[in-house]
Amino acid sequence: MSETEEIKPEQAEQAEPVEHQADEHSQHPSDWQYIKVAIFLAVLTAIEVFTYFESVHRLNNAAIFAVLIVIMILKFFYVAAWFMHLKFDSPLMRNIFLMGMGFALLVYLAMLTSFRIWA
Amino acid sequence: MSTQVSTESPPETEDTSTPATPTAGEAHHTSTPMSNAKIMMWLFLGSECLLFGALISTYIFLSNRLPEGEIGKEIFDIPFTSLSSFILLMSSLTMVLALSAITGGDMRRFRIWITTTALLGGLFIGGQIYEFTVFYEEGLGYTTNIFGSAFYSLTGFHGAHVSIGIILLMTLLVMNLRGTLTQENKETVEIVGLYWHFVDIIWIIIFTVVYLFP
Repeated sequence: MSETEEIKPEQAEQAEPVEHQADEHSQHPSDWQYIKVAIFLAVLTAIEVFTYFESVHRLNNAAIFAVLIVIMILKFFYVAAWFMHLKFDSPLMRNIFLMGMGFALLVYLAMLTSFRIWA
Repeated sequence: MSTQVSTESPPETEDTSTPATPTAGEAHHTSTPMSNAKIMMWLFLGSECLLFGALISTYIFLSNRLPEGEIGKEIFDIPFTSLSSFILLMSSLTMVLALSAITGGDMRRFRIWITTTALLGGLFIGGQIYEFTVFYEEGLGYTTNIFGSAFYSLTGFHGAHVSIGIILLMTLLVMNLRGTLTQENKETVEIVGLYWHFVDIIWIIIFTVVYLFP
């Protein structure tokens, strides 16, 4: 191995964070990608508000519920994945958040069911 | 049989009994490749899900038990609240653009986007105060009925979270102007950003469940 190719252990340690930084930076979306996500979220919000208009509101309640829940989940997912970087971050972060979210859902769905809210 | 006694001195080792305390701005040692502060923020947000879960499910439970003729959901001004929701949604975009700016070392753009985020948050809070005032004048107070109590508790708690977020954003701006918040500690911006986006996703749920559900 030539002298220039040799890497001392302390040099390797110094090089690692720089490599990691570059890696991290390349994984993050560009400003334009963020703007595209925001436009998509704005369109979803417009569809949500559209369901409130009188002519649409008179339609089947179950269908409106279903549409609103799907849009709400989509908006939630896009903000968490793109703006909160869960799509690019370590799975540990995602799991911590999902644990809290899942636990809250379980507890309060059980609570509402015990009060027979769905009847 | 002779024994040889080594006369070499033992190799020098580093004293590891007292680990060096990290100074301000220096990263703490962690047993995972991630920062402790970021993990703590995610844990905090996970626990916040339980707080808002309690408030949202209480609202669902109580608003369905409103006696006939009592003031309730018909009081809502959906076009106005939709505009507030849009403002809060766009503040998430400006927040992420502020993080992108500080990551790239562009402090001028960072200051513009962080100030815009705080202003949009302020607009949302202003809208909420206006909405509460109108509802109160129309006869819906905190103790008027169970719907009023559940509604004001839920949206009020959310508003308090947005207000804390605005204080955090302004703190970031002041720190940056003083030179204590630089590209090196952009993680602080990321952590405040996580809080801000969380407040936004909670509003996504509140807006749908409280205002739009038939």
